[in-house]
Amino acid sequence: MSGKGESSGRTDRSGAHWLSALESEAIEIIREGAATAARPVMLYSMGKDSSVLLHLARKAFWPARPPLPLLHIDTTWQFREMIAFRDRMAAEAGVELQVHVNREGLKAGADPFADGSERYADVMITEALRQALDAGKYDIIFVGGRRDEEKSRAKERVFSFRDAAHQWDPKAQRPELWSLYNTRVQQGESLRVSPLSNWTEADVWRYIAAEGIPVVPLYFAKKRPVVEREGQWIMVDDERMPLEPGEEPRLLPVRFRTLGCYPLTAAVESGADTLEAILAETLATHDSERRGRLVDHDGDASMERKKRQGYF
Amino acid sequence: MASGPAAVRPPLRFVLCGAVDDGKSTLLGRLLCDCRQVFADQMRKVEEDSRRWGTRGDQADLALLVDGLRDEREQGITIDVAYRSFETARRRFIVADAPGHEQYTRNMATGASNAELAVVVADARKGILPQTARHTRIAAMFGIRHVVLAVNKMDLVLWDRSIFQAIADEYRSLARDSGVENLRITPVSSLTGENLTRRRDSAGWYAGPTLLEHLETVDVESSIERESFRMSVQYVNRPDPDFRGYSGRVAAGRVAVGDRVHISPSGAETVVESIVVWQGARERAERGDSVTLTLANEVDVTRGDVIAEAFNPPGVTDQFQANLIWMSDRPLVVGRSYLLKIHSREVTATVTRIKYRLDVSRGSRLAGATLNLNDLGTVNIATNRPIPYAPFEQYPRLGSFIMIDPINNETAGAGTVNFALRRASNIRWQDFHVTREARQELKLQRARCLWLTGLPASGKSTIADLLEKRLHAEGHHTYLLDGDNVRHGLNRDLGFTEADRVENIRRVAEVARLMVDAGLIVIVSFISPFRSERAFARGLFASGDFNEIFVDASIEVCAARDPKGLYARAMRGQLRNFTGIDSPYEQPENPDLHLDTEKLGPEECVESILRLLV
Repeated sequence: MSGKGESSGRTDRSGAHWLSALESEAIEIIREGAATAARPVMLYSMGKDSSVLLHLARKAFWPARPPLPLLHIDTTWQFREMIAFRDRMAAEAGVELQVHVNREGLKAGADPFADGSERYADVMITEALRQALDAGKYDIIFVGGRRDEEKSRAKERVFSFRDAAHQWDPKAQRPELWSLYNTRVQQGESLRVSPLSNWTEADVWRYIAAEGIPVVPLYFAKKRPVVEREGQWIMVDDERMPLEPGEEPRLLPVRFRTLGCYPLTAAVESGADTLEAILAETLATHDSERRGRLVDHDGDASMERKKRQGYF
Repeated sequence: MASGPAAVRPPLRFVLCGAVDDGKSTLLGRLLCDCRQVFADQMRKVEEDSRRWGTRGDQADLALLVDGLRDEREQGITIDVAYRSFETARRRFIVADAPGHEQYTRNMATGASNAELAVVVADARKGILPQTARHTRIAAMFGIRHVVLAVNKMDLVLWDRSIFQAIADEYRSLARDSGVENLRITPVSSLTGENLTRRRDSAGWYAGPTLLEHLETVDVESSIERESFRMSVQYVNRPDPDFRGYSGRVAAGRVAVGDRVHISPSGAETVVESIVVWQGARERAERGDSVTLTLANEVDVTRGDVIAEAFNPPGVTDQFQANLIWMSDRPLVVGRSYLLKIHSREVTATVTRIKYRLDVSRGSRLAGATLNLNDLGTVNIATNRPIPYAPFEQYPRLGSFIMIDPINNETAGAGTVNFALRRASNIRWQDFHVTREARQELKLQRARCLWLTGLPASGKSTIADLLEKRLHAEGHHTYLLDGDNVRHGLNRDLGFTEADRVENIRRVAEVARLMVDAGLIVIVSFISPFRSERAFARGLFASGDFNEIFVDASIEVCAARDPKGLYARAMRGQLRNFTGIDSPYEQPENPDLHLDTEKLGPEECVESILRLLV
């Protein structure tokens, strides 16, 4: 890895070679976005991809600090451990942290349990994001999306154009050739930029291990209180979660492959409590990581539809 | 599945292409499936989708694994490039799945641009189709030297060797003509996976590796030893007065601390002081690395400059020949200004000449005055400022560019530099002693260009005439350039097509500039319907020397006025390309002055213009 120069002493030379290639590509993308943006911002969700993205931004501009703020869309339903982690990491990186909550949505009582995942996500994530982006007038928005996450994302550009209503039109994507990114937008329009486009879930874990990047402890297996809902393990993170009659939280060794709002993010039973064990589990698993995202299953082509509307 | 990143070779980026229905998506689905890169929940989804949209009866349609967008699943085609990553024990792959339909050729070019190898799929029953040839030529044009032809659906021709041979022979000569260096041809079945991921059990006549084996072992790296160091500066890193770093991705060759380097286009030379990376420094860097360099001397370096080996710096030019693929619904217009982005540099550029259009299916050259969507051609390009460059063949990252339409910011074209044209360097700008300032002082006035634009019969000529009379009476030196009058002489050779209108405006703008340089107040009265040409004209003048004046009246009012009877003829279809009827007029968005001639009389308009001059 370039971080430690020639003398990294990494035993696995070829694996290092491709991680290094992915890293150099991601840094190039981040620098290109920052060089051409009027108002850049980086969405920060405290997930493993966000952690890698922030780390890459720090590398891209070293010895300077990343010349952009972090933006967290706070639904107020995220795992408590994530919030503590967020504040620590932003301080360590020396970057400004902006936190946005859809206050009207909250006042109207948006609730993942009462509303169902789709309506709740529309209000507290998609609508909240639009509000924050409009308020900040951001033209380049770095996100941690990867093409291996799901099918519609496999077709999305690295610099993905959004109109003034933050909508993605999959049929009107700008051709993207070589590493020549078209970064031009008019007032109100923006680009979602995904430096991790060509990474896989396994790459992310390998890179976290190779670079020693801190991640939220929820990724590591530990006994946690969970209940079973529609075949998925949901963690009882606070007292707002209504339990069904007769439902009793059980303490099970679980971990999370993705992190979001606790009512919408299912845990997997696992004993993987080290990075090595997580990587081995990732490579051997039979389910995609998004299986644990309840939002993705709301009807057919649900991600594509959400992205057309401005979901990240 | 691999237990870790135990790959032998560096990752391979390949593009998967071929005519529609030849089975590209199925082939990729099979590769992913057999390499166990498909998760159980994704597979369940495909099985569900297969029942709804599949073309395989009860079997899972593997193409649905990769056809991601709703429209694609419904139409059973692939409309956009999809990128997939997968890995085996031996190698990591990034594959671009390119669309087969001709109308999506631009997406094929997109997929090819980042690939080192192309897998071209052909249907054994149909052989080499025009689109197969087209994709092969595009792949070669975009720098791909390694090609695999997968002759697919061999199970449907009962693995007939003579059918395979005939296709292989035809393709070999096509590949040779296209400039493919390393070709391999493999008979496969995506449906069964034979010779794709596993050897065919009863294979008698094909003894070569499976497609996957070939992909795992092929060496596509070009030798770094033969390259000179080049890096385009992407970002200038200046956190405080003590640190000034130049960030970029090494485009070619190697660089080490202490190396003597040359900065293009300025020509300055200095030495690499350090190569900065996260929390440290390193001694050297090579092609593909993202680094930050600091230099020994205080030299002026900005984004888009190229830092290169001092003994062999890159060329600098403002005119070059290029291969160009057009990607916009709006046809290329010769002479029109576009933004050109080459490595990290953005300049204004125009295509000065279309040498020929390429018939990509046959490989023959055609004459052409324009390039339409999905056309490929060879063109001459002029830029407004000199750019450091390299021929694409030699250094792809310094010889590839995109063209952006400044009107709507779409990526309208993409191209590769063949070579610089030397003409520009022979014409030197001559500095003379009598300056424009001296000339206008003698005339006791400030020279400028007043550009009147508007629909035919909107009132431009009337206002221009009256304005010149007023200025002349006040003792000013003026000249009026009128659309109709100029067409009788200087622009006699031009018609009314879009390309001719662009050239018409270019000449008039240049003449107006010379006259302003001569110290005159120049009034231009021209329909000038296109925003980009008016922007071009404005770009010729210093700010404050050019005023865009929009003479505005609705099309209904203009048609009713119709002093020359032209609207009537155009509406009867006797006059083609008439602005406002069958040729567009793009209204100014921010004119310096907006004159509504439905409300204001000519005198009032002239008063407004005169106020602008004070």
